[in-house]
Amino acid sequence: MLKDITIGQYFPQNSVLHSLDPRMKIIAVTIFIVMLFIPNNAFGLSVGIFVSLLGYAISKIPIRMAVKSIKPIIPIIIFTSILNMIFVDGTVLFSFWFFKVTYEGIRMAAFMIVRIICLISGSSLLTYTTSPIALTDALERLLSPLKRVKMPVHELSMMMTIALRFIPTLIEETDKIMSAQKARGADMESGGIIDRAKALIPVLIPLFVSSFRRADDLALAMECRCYHGDEGRTRMKSLQYSRKDFICLAFMLLFLGLTIGLNFVFPSIY
Amino acid sequence: MNEIVTAQNLTFRYSDDDFLALDNLSCSIKEGELTAVLGHNGSGKSTFAKHINAIFLPTGGKCYVDGIDTFDDDRLFDIRKTAGMVFQNPDNQIVATICEEDVAFGLENMGVEPKEIRKRVDKALEDVGMSDYRLHAPHQLSGGQKQRIAIAGIIAMRPKIIILDEPTAMLDPKGRKEVMDTIIKLNKEFKVTIILITHYMDEAALCDRVIVMDNGKKILDNTPKKVFSDVELLRKTGLDVPQVTELIYELNQEGISLPEDIINEEECAKLLFDYISGHMAENPALKPPDKKARDYSDKKAVEARELSYIYSIGTPFEKKAVDNVSFSINKGEFLAVIGHTGSGKSTLIQHLNGLIRPTFGKVLIDGKDIWENPKEIRKIRFKVGLVFQYPEYQLFEETVYKDIAFGPKNMGLSDEEIKSRVFEAAAFLGLPDNVMEKSPFELSGGQKRRVAIAGVLAMRPDVLILDEPTAGLDPMGRETVFGQIKNYHKETGSTIILVSHSMEDVAKLANRVMVINDSKIFALGSVDEVFKRHRELEAIGLSVPQITKVFDILKARGIDTADNIFTIEDAKKEVLRLVGKGGKENA
Repeated sequence: MLKDITIGQYFPQNSVLHSLDPRMKIIAVTIFIVMLFIPNNAFGLSVGIFVSLLGYAISKIPIRMAVKSIKPIIPIIIFTSILNMIFVDGTVLFSFWFFKVTYEGIRMAAFMIVRIICLISGSSLLTYTTSPIALTDALERLLSPLKRVKMPVHELSMMMTIALRFIPTLIEETDKIMSAQKARGADMESGGIIDRAKALIPVLIPLFVSSFRRADDLALAMECRCYHGDEGRTRMKSLQYSRKDFICLAFMLLFLGLTIGLNFVFPSIY
Repeated sequence: MNEIVTAQNLTFRYSDDDFLALDNLSCSIKEGELTAVLGHNGSGKSTFAKHINAIFLPTGGKCYVDGIDTFDDDRLFDIRKTAGMVFQNPDNQIVATICEEDVAFGLENMGVEPKEIRKRVDKALEDVGMSDYRLHAPHQLSGGQKQRIAIAGIIAMRPKIIILDEPTAMLDPKGRKEVMDTIIKLNKEFKVTIILITHYMDEAALCDRVIVMDNGKKILDNTPKKVFSDVELLRKTGLDVPQVTELIYELNQEGISLPEDIINEEECAKLLFDYISGHMAENPALKPPDKKARDYSDKKAVEARELSYIYSIGTPFEKKAVDNVSFSINKGEFLAVIGHTGSGKSTLIQHLNGLIRPTFGKVLIDGKDIWENPKEIRKIRFKVGLVFQYPEYQLFEETVYKDIAFGPKNMGLSDEEIKSRVFEAAAFLGLPDNVMEKSPFELSGGQKRRVAIAGVLAMRPDVLILDEPTAGLDPMGRETVFGQIKNYHKETGSTIILVSHSMEDVAKLANRVMVINDSKIFALGSVDEVFKRHRELEAIGLSVPQITKVFDILKARGIDTADNIFTIEDAKKEVLRLVGKGGKENA
């Protein structure tokens, strides 16, 4: 039932990319994003395409997963490309009403589409190859310098962890409460929007009440186990960079350099 | 032995004007002791437990833990390291998304070195027998397994005392046994002091010492043998005694004088063996015949034909939850459904009111296929009322009245009709009129449960299904709810399906029993027919009444006893028959 859903989009595989330090993966994705926004010509952008494809090849994640990651943003892609096509000045190819579609506009739109697709599918690799918990952990460690400026990094990551822990429990609970109210004749399938929203009240209130109760219980259990925030806390698993992490970093920097170099060699399209 | 917990004249109020939750309680617990704390809900036992690890500080009096005053703020973490606590709800105390990370949580908070954490976590998981599950996510585990992870999280901190607050209340018999075995192992092998709060008398009987609380006071404090021999006092405080103790007590009432300090099956069997062989009637009356299932009517209220249900077809999670099940229930019948958690019984009952649509097969209510017209499925739910497990979690309205009226309102009845039904349902569950305008969230646990059940009764269903209606209640709450269900059945003549773990409760109430195992019907027949196979039932993870086990031993030792003894009443009659007393009614 609902219980079997997986949180996040972790796609377990046995690959080098999966075994990299999650912190390095976050750094690599950041470099990758920069790499996509620097190029001002097709050659530079093709490095980005190459890196995305390489990532999928190394991680053994099927390419249909890349397609899946793009699906939700198709409307945005269409919208931006239309805007680009009609508002960029240049050689007019054809016009209708008062819109003019230009050659430069189409080139620009194509450039945008490729860039967005690479951005989404490429960065999705991070969540495909890293479990949510490892990701939270890595973020906490990467952001830990911000603790000095009073950013509640540990607290935020604790909240993330607890959320991840309780999502399946709450989904199961929602399912149960819905069934129970349906058993009392609650009608959740028919009626207009307002009726349906009203029909949710008997589900939402018990869910809130139970979440508060759980929060109370959990806080007590955490206190009993000496939780007192970040101070003096150690971790069982400490993350350690290994050689492959540095190799990955070296390659990413190399590709970044290449992209920047190509900007100077070839003419800009802007 | 050293005293490890010392409570001196503890008093505690939750807020200034509130009643005394603890009333001048003094008690001390020695190192290595296995102590059970009993008491009905609200007797103050949890409040006392929370003083031991300084969650609560006494309003009056003092509490010392391993020599540390719980008021000593600087040593708060020393106290919490010394006294670990495990709670009732296994879901609400696990913090991490991976079992071993959760076990490490306490140690990480204490600032232990990573290498040492690893060592202790592995050891703790091994001690509770959960090493194979170290990388599992908590929501993939059974209740008993989750509770063992919670215990591992505590023992990894190497506390001297572990306090367990009703750790088995939400578990099925299999889970209860797993947890109890773990607790006893910790006490015997590692000499950990254990304070076990429980509602199960058979668990208390396993302890070295039993403390009974009532109204914030300690009323009994002795060995289980001594405590349980005071049957009358325990009953007066809303508690139970183990079945075997009750049997001996009942026999004493009948004029058979036997020592009353019997708390386990072996003792009871030995005592009865000696007594019966010494007093065997020359010509005992005939054995009582098997109670046959009574035929209530020949009209079928519910019929399931070759029902199958498969979860998540076409995904890696595909699972058959109901596998080709056929049965029928006659009008007015009381059928019990038993099976351990995960046997598919909950999925099965949700087919009967159309919450789940079968993958294959049919459900017929009054001879009609309920899915003939899927748009009319809501009407089926008014005909077949279903009370879920822990139904109080579904309460949502501002007042009790409105909550009970939710079902009848959905049926589109007139206000007059709704009112009469609400009050009728409330009366069946013994809810006084003055609670009707209260918020359901203000009520006690037992009352909430009864409001939730009333909410289903108010629809006046022809068939009433109850999924473990007494789970998590204290002994008195259990008895009240079962009494009310029995009365409802008698007065309305409606068909009842009761899902339960307890063979004893089933034997007292039901007419027929259906056992579900591995998504299939394992047995279906009269109570006697099915429960005679109790050895097989035990093998599939169901718990057999103590009394039945006692008579099994007697039989094995050569006494010609009947083999349909499942309740104390059965057992009493059987002993009287064998010794030639009260044989007249059987002859």
